[in-house]
Amino acid sequence: MADYKMHLLVCGGTGCNASDSEQIRDNLLTEVEKHDLNDEVQVVMTGCFGFCEKGPIVKILPDNTFYVQVKPEDASTIVEEHLIKGRKVERLLYKDPENNEPISDSKHMEFYKKQVRIALRNCGFINPENIDEYIARDGYAALAKCLGERTPQQVIDEIKLSGQRGRGGGGFPTGLKWEITSKSVADQKYVVCNADEGDPGAFMDRSILEGDPHSVIEAMAICGYCTGSTKGLVYIRAEYPLAIQRLKTAIKQAREYGLLGDEIFGTPFSFDITLRYGAGAFVCGEETALIHSMEGLRGEPTFKPPFPSESGYLGKPTTVNNVETLASIPVIINKGAAFFNSIGTAKSKGTKVFALAGKINNVGLIEVPMGTTLREVIFDIGGGIKGGKKFKAVQTGGPSGGCLTNSFLDTPIDYDNLISAGSMMGSGGMIVMDEDDCMVSIAKFYLEFTLDESCGKCTPCRIGNKRLFEILDKITKGLGTEEDLSRLRSLCKVIKDTSLCGLGQTSPNPILSTLDNFYDEYLAHVKEHKCPAGQCKSLVKYTINHDKCTGCTLCFRNCPVGAIAGEKRAPHTIDNSICIKCGVCYDKCKFDAISVS
Amino acid sequence: MNKIKSLDDLRQLREGMQAKIKLRESGNNSENIVRIKVAMSTCGIASGAKEIMNFLMDELEQKAIEAVVSQTGCMGYCYAEPTIEVTVPGREPIVFGDVDKFRAAEIIEKYIIHNELVDGILPVNYRSIDN
Amino acid sequence: MDMINLTIDNRPVSVKRGTSVLHAAAQVGIKIPSLCYMKLEDLNIENKPGGCRVCVVEVEGRRNLAPACCTDVAEGMVIQTHSMRAIHARRTVVELILSDHPTDCLKCAKAGNCDLQSMAQHLGIREIHYEGEQSTFREDTSPAIIRELDKCIRCRRCEMMCNEIQSVGALSAINRGFNAVISPAFEMNLDHSVCTYCGQCVAVCPTGALTEVDHTGAVIRALSDPSKTVIVQTAPAVRAALGEEFGDEPGTLVTGKMAAALRRLGFNYVFDTDFAADLTILEEGTELLNRLTAFLGGDKNVKLPMLTSCCPAWVKFFEHQFPDLKDIPSSARSPQQMFGSIAKTYFADKIGVNRKDLVVVSIMPCVAKKYECSREEFSVNGNPDVDFALTTRELAQLINLANIDFKSLPDEDFDHPMGESTGAGVIFGTTGGVIEAAVRTAYEVFTGKKLDRLDYTELRGMEGLRHATIDFNGLPIHIGIAHGLGNARKLLEDIQQGKSHFHAIEIMSCPGGCIGGGGQPYHHGDAEILKKRQMALYREDSGKPIRKSHENPYITKLYEEFLGAPMSEKAHHLLHTEYFDRSKS
Repeated sequence: MADYKMHLLVCGGTGCNASDSEQIRDNLLTEVEKHDLNDEVQVVMTGCFGFCEKGPIVKILPDNTFYVQVKPEDASTIVEEHLIKGRKVERLLYKDPENNEPISDSKHMEFYKKQVRIALRNCGFINPENIDEYIARDGYAALAKCLGERTPQQVIDEIKLSGQRGRGGGGFPTGLKWEITSKSVADQKYVVCNADEGDPGAFMDRSILEGDPHSVIEAMAICGYCTGSTKGLVYIRAEYPLAIQRLKTAIKQAREYGLLGDEIFGTPFSFDITLRYGAGAFVCGEETALIHSMEGLRGEPTFKPPFPSESGYLGKPTTVNNVETLASIPVIINKGAAFFNSIGTAKSKGTKVFALAGKINNVGLIEVPMGTTLREVIFDIGGGIKGGKKFKAVQTGGPSGGCLTNSFLDTPIDYDNLISAGSMMGSGGMIVMDEDDCMVSIAKFYLEFTLDESCGKCTPCRIGNKRLFEILDKITKGLGTEEDLSRLRSLCKVIKDTSLCGLGQTSPNPILSTLDNFYDEYLAHVKEHKCPAGQCKSLVKYTINHDKCTGCTLCFRNCPVGAIAGEKRAPHTIDNSICIKCGVCYDKCKFDAISVS
Repeated sequence: MNKIKSLDDLRQLREGMQAKIKLRESGNNSENIVRIKVAMSTCGIASGAKEIMNFLMDELEQKAIEAVVSQTGCMGYCYAEPTIEVTVPGREPIVFGDVDKFRAAEIIEKYIIHNELVDGILPVNYRSIDN
Repeated sequence: MDMINLTIDNRPVSVKRGTSVLHAAAQVGIKIPSLCYMKLEDLNIENKPGGCRVCVVEVEGRRNLAPACCTDVAEGMVIQTHSMRAIHARRTVVELILSDHPTDCLKCAKAGNCDLQSMAQHLGIREIHYEGEQSTFREDTSPAIIRELDKCIRCRRCEMMCNEIQSVGALSAINRGFNAVISPAFEMNLDHSVCTYCGQCVAVCPTGALTEVDHTGAVIRALSDPSKTVIVQTAPAVRAALGEEFGDEPGTLVTGKMAAALRRLGFNYVFDTDFAADLTILEEGTELLNRLTAFLGGDKNVKLPMLTSCCPAWVKFFEHQFPDLKDIPSSARSPQQMFGSIAKTYFADKIGVNRKDLVVVSIMPCVAKKYECSREEFSVNGNPDVDFALTTRELAQLINLANIDFKSLPDEDFDHPMGESTGAGVIFGTTGGVIEAAVRTAYEVFTGKKLDRLDYTELRGMEGLRHATIDFNGLPIHIGIAHGLGNARKLLEDIQQGKSHFHAIEIMSCPGGCIGGGGQPYHHGDAEILKKRQMALYREDSGKPIRKSHENPYITKLYEEFLGAPMSEKAHHLLHTEYFDRSKS
């Protein structure tokens, strides 16, 4: 059996694959064989290296050499030069964009590791059900530092200095929030962790609670110390059973170690945490609605002010922080505000976790410094668009956000840039769309979500969103007019302007941003009654190309409504007055004879 | 379990633990133990991580390979669940994606036993703040 | 004083800290339109959900428009209430509400009295730009209240009254989004809920979503049936409010015109519930004195305080919520039912009419009275003591139908014998009135002395919870008064916990008492109207020649000819009742 001395890793990601990486692998194999290195060198395909911009990539172990933009014909050079003569092929090495110096060892390539994990630092690294592993990774050191060495105000100042803003969507400065609660005078105060993650496609809070529950517990205790609260509450969705179980285990362990409970670290500070379960109403992510839900009332928002920091749970001052916000707190304390502050853009500091989803190769959870561009996230980390299709838009901020196009790909991601681009950070969902997606349908999808999740308290959100949905529905059915487009825009603005809470104030964003960025697509729907992406069922038509149809009757046999007619071995036809546009015939046809228009 | 009463208690515990954890961080340890971490968040479990974890334990035991298989949280490679991280003494940790029973067996047989790489390695493309 | 300076529509305004923009604007003559917002000054009733968004204004420096009703003033604030943006938004919001509202204004029970209709008119809405699907709900009819929620605009006023003010908890918001609506739990019918039919939801509903069950048709049919003798009784609070339906100033007393109108409507006898109120005082007052004497004599079986029992909503409230206390309220029936009982026995005999040919109609400021006369114990062999209870509003409707020009009517008197009443009977219509009437009689009966003053001002007012101590010749009698069931609840909880020191408590369900009843002309959130009605009743009382129930000569005659004495066996049979535990139904 071979004992390989060297490994050649060829990137098998979709992007690289599209640029002939399979051919590269084959050529490398041939070269290795040719030089009789079979027993010493192994060639393998790997997953995406996340650097598709410079693909195809070939990495050589153990020396970590990183070759970029490799062509199939470079295989012989790599084998002869690198493997046999031990010389690196300079022209294939990645060049530092700063000084154009070639870098051979990928460990020194900053860009290669575009992700920086702060909130996710322990996710996928430690056993979340073992408090010792958390402690080994500096766990509870931040709490100890705060209790033993700092006054609450000093800690608050540190958080303020770090520039951290709330990761739940609003982006309110965390330190300031804590300070307001700390200055409120009351016999009891509360720390609430908002784990009511509800954006479609977002799961970063769940992952943190499942992967690193102690970081949230530690941060809540720190917050309790700073604000003068002895009670913490985690409002978590009941449909996150694993997160709940791990959190419960973690709380139990922390209590056993005396890290929760009375006189923590032998100081007068006491703090404990209980869980409250949400029934999965999206609007309960809004902090006033969340508090009402915890109080046993109907989960609907009330007008702010008063803010929860002054009058929250049971009328007492309450700090409400999101899971991701809390998970970063111990790092800020341990590494200092300056460390956190050094990452990010002028007004958005630190890192942000995103849940990549949609038509992207590397669907997953990522954490990048603020200021990373959408292009880097989608193409380098996300590995580009599935199936080599064209990028069309990326939706950020969930149902409150907007769809951003090509022209925003190089915009550095931060709170303010996303808002001025017509979207928002939100909780960090990022859904990528390709050329097959109809933007009117996308807007309709989000509206349908808001419609379901509106609490129904205020008029604009309750009725306005319904009317928006109806207009969109009309457009996707080919019944819209140009006047509908202006009514759509006008109503969107009023809903934003007059709604009671953030849900309604942002619900028109998916429409406004698609109207702004894909007006032509809307026009095609209302003027030509066409859906350019071919997604709107009412607007597409299936036809059978008689030149290609062999009369195999497969479509005829599979059509659920009997819309297809034709004799055996003779071309078939579709009766469009019966056709429900289910697309089964299209999928079944082996001769590519059915077309959609 | 003793209560942690002071910062010193915590430091002591941490140092004790760190030695153990260090194995994972560097991968350069003298102990001749293979370490496998299985990403076990909701998405991982949903795509079969639990079965893989059990399978790995059974297989390693059968083959008499001294190994520690443990669970961890989400690694972020949702497109390639179940994912596992394998640290063989003396080698850098490697993450494998889309691990089914067949591939799990292949990883043990080829990578762990014979130091042959197998397809489906996921390059770790993030920096942790500790580095 | 902590004053805040701001600018509204370019005018400098200086108001107390904590004032809302809506009220600050009103102080300088700027009336910002509002819909869901409602405040009954001095009654501690405020509905401020900030939900309708009609009152939005532009605040300089703020990203979004702000609702004037729940935005507090801040120093240096600059507000535009009628900028293009604010007007456009306000009109769009009202258009949206209208787009989800049936357009049957012409035949709606609330037409002409509908706040939404007025708002649309006020804003000059001539077109609805956003037509679409309307939310629809099952109509729900109960003995007293009809819920037609297609017309609900989710102002939440009813929910606020039912929960915060009345503490009944029958109504709350259910469902989400477009289908959110106000309903009893699990969308059950009102008559399966803990609803007391106090009708305060009806009183505050801005649209036709909540209305009373209409009995005018049945009354017209009875009036036109020659085989029937139809008699009518009018509750005290009606005379202080009916005029409002015909354009009179609130607080105008229309007792004489009302009697004239009823006579013209064709009622054979026009009587007064005030007569029965005097009767109630004798029964209830005697019961109180008996209980008091026994209690003071050390009888452990006798419980105090005694609670009044005139209000049917209050009766249903404690039957649901405090069944353990159901032996505490007086067993005396309400004046409406005492009237019906006497009318169909004593009076029917007197005029030689068979019980089933005598139709008793009552005019009440109340919707719960409709429910009360449907209670089984108030009927004999299926024939109810009171056949129909109409609200003040329904009476106005009848008067209009009969082509009667109300304002030009002469003043007429009630008929005898059941039309004669005292000032004590009149004040039954306001909070504090029943107990004051009771004190006037109880004092004289208990002490055997003549009262030197009749106006117990310490028992009057609009405070939700009041108490006073009346000296019964050296014996201090502690009296509690609550109006609004939420206030009543507090007194009942004290009783449950043994903390109550009262001997007698008067409870009325509606804010202000019957003058603020659910069947009265709509007050549209103006508490001044209630106060003026209250003053009117005290005016009527002080103008009466006889002001003590036990001095009513027809009452004396009734006892002599028919009942014997207060609390006699016959009186007990005809004028008293029992209560039921409804906590499990």
